[in-house]
Amino acid sequence: MGYKIPEELKYTKNDEWLKVDGEIGTVGITDYAQDKLGDIVYLEEIEKGKKIKAGETLTTIESVKAASDIYSPVSGEIVEVNEDTIKDPSIINKDPYGKGWIVKIKIENPAEIDKLMTPKEYSEYRKE
Amino acid sequence: MEDLKRTPLFEEHVRLGAKMVPFGGWEMPIQYTSIIEEHLNVRNNVGIFDVSHMGEIELHGKDALAFADYLVTNSVKKMKDGKVKYTPMCYPDGGEVDDLFVYKLKDDFVLLVVNASNYEKDLDWVIKNKGEFDVEILGKSFEYGEVAIQGPKAEEFLKNYFEGEIPLPELGYFRSEYGTLFGKNILISRTGYTGEDGFEIYSKSEDIVEIWRAALEKGKDYNIMPAGLGARDTLRFEVAYWLYGDDIDETTNPFEAGQGFAVKLKKEKFIGKDALLKVKEEGLKRKLVGLYVSKGGIPRHGMGIFKDLEKIGYITSGNYCPSLKKIYAMGYVDIRFTDEGTKVKVKIRNRDVDAEIVKLPFLEPRAGKKK
Repeated sequence: MGYKIPEELKYTKNDEWLKVDGEIGTVGITDYAQDKLGDIVYLEEIEKGKKIKAGETLTTIESVKAASDIYSPVSGEIVEVNEDTIKDPSIINKDPYGKGWIVKIKIENPAEIDKLMTPKEYSEYRKE
Repeated sequence: MEDLKRTPLFEEHVRLGAKMVPFGGWEMPIQYTSIIEEHLNVRNNVGIFDVSHMGEIELHGKDALAFADYLVTNSVKKMKDGKVKYTPMCYPDGGEVDDLFVYKLKDDFVLLVVNASNYEKDLDWVIKNKGEFDVEILGKSFEYGEVAIQGPKAEEFLKNYFEGEIPLPELGYFRSEYGTLFGKNILISRTGYTGEDGFEIYSKSEDIVEIWRAALEKGKDYNIMPAGLGARDTLRFEVAYWLYGDDIDETTNPFEAGQGFAVKLKKEKFIGKDALLKVKEEGLKRKLVGLYVSKGGIPRHGMGIFKDLEKIGYITSGNYCPSLKKIYAMGYVDIRFTDEGTKVKVKIRNRDVDAEIVKLPFLEPRAGKKK
């Protein structure tokens, strides 16, 4: 089954995506991740304004089947939290790269972006 | 990796695009489309489940019923032909070997339907306890195919295709009869594990594929959908039906699990009677309760339950309830803290999450209620 892997994004081994827009990075989980999790029913609240390091736990997501941590792809300050997804996390199943985004981070160290996977690398990594 | 068994319907699941997972030694469909969608379709319309992994143990001979009565805690001795009963089966210390259905088919023929993950263990246990009973014990799990067709439209749908001695609408709750469905010989009972009205259908293993296909084809007018183990779990959880291995096991007894209705201490003799009499005399030390969690995550099996700093119990099952759109859990709690409304904490990922003791079940089952 083919998973959507948009060309304009960067990816992590833990199946998060990052969209870079100037100094702001938007974070979510990939189509692959939402499909593996199944029906998402809970997304732990995230503190706006919090500083986070790349690889640190950003939040926890739960589906009917299991709980899983979401890690931050980059270091920086959480400048926006998508409250709609916190309220109704099933949005992530429906639109993981669009309405299902989770946070926006003010990127502290742009060099970290280059360490993330390209769409091609991620597609290879998640090839089934 | 252990060798996983496959039911006769394996290919059907794969063709329908199901996600297959290991469960109790079997490779089973956890979902076809979405657990929530399948769950709601069973509550609103009708769903079909492959439950061919369930274990069937046949008891034949003049003592079949007396032997079953000795094995289980419920009273099954006086059952009429076709009657079905739910019952725990206990060890001498009162812990549970399994929970199961007992079908009295004839005076000399009793069918035990046990959990898939416990089949071999149960069969060994039954054989070990045969003693002087005049009974032949046959492990037949691989010769039976089984599907469950559950939901408010199950009867409306199946009555058109079932032929038996009694028409389906007249078949009572926890009753079974032989007949044909889509031209195949079956045993059908008005039983289930969803809380909805519905049926469980047993056939020869080789006939189950045709029954499955015909049900999906002819059930279209009733919005039938296949439903996987994921929905089976959320459906049973909402109505607080026990799951062996999670809510009950060899360390729990039927009284603390809330299964006292299925323990008949007046029976002359059955395995576990002395221990259960003692439990009854001494009173419960803990009890299976419901918990409501408004935020902080989903309590899962094994997580601790606390009052102030004292650990007072553990979670057995927890999940998002699709029909109620809320998160609930079940767990064993020290008897001092089991009153409804008691505030406790559940440790979820090292955080103390607020929970409140609530009554079970979370959703009142519709199965067995007059329409």
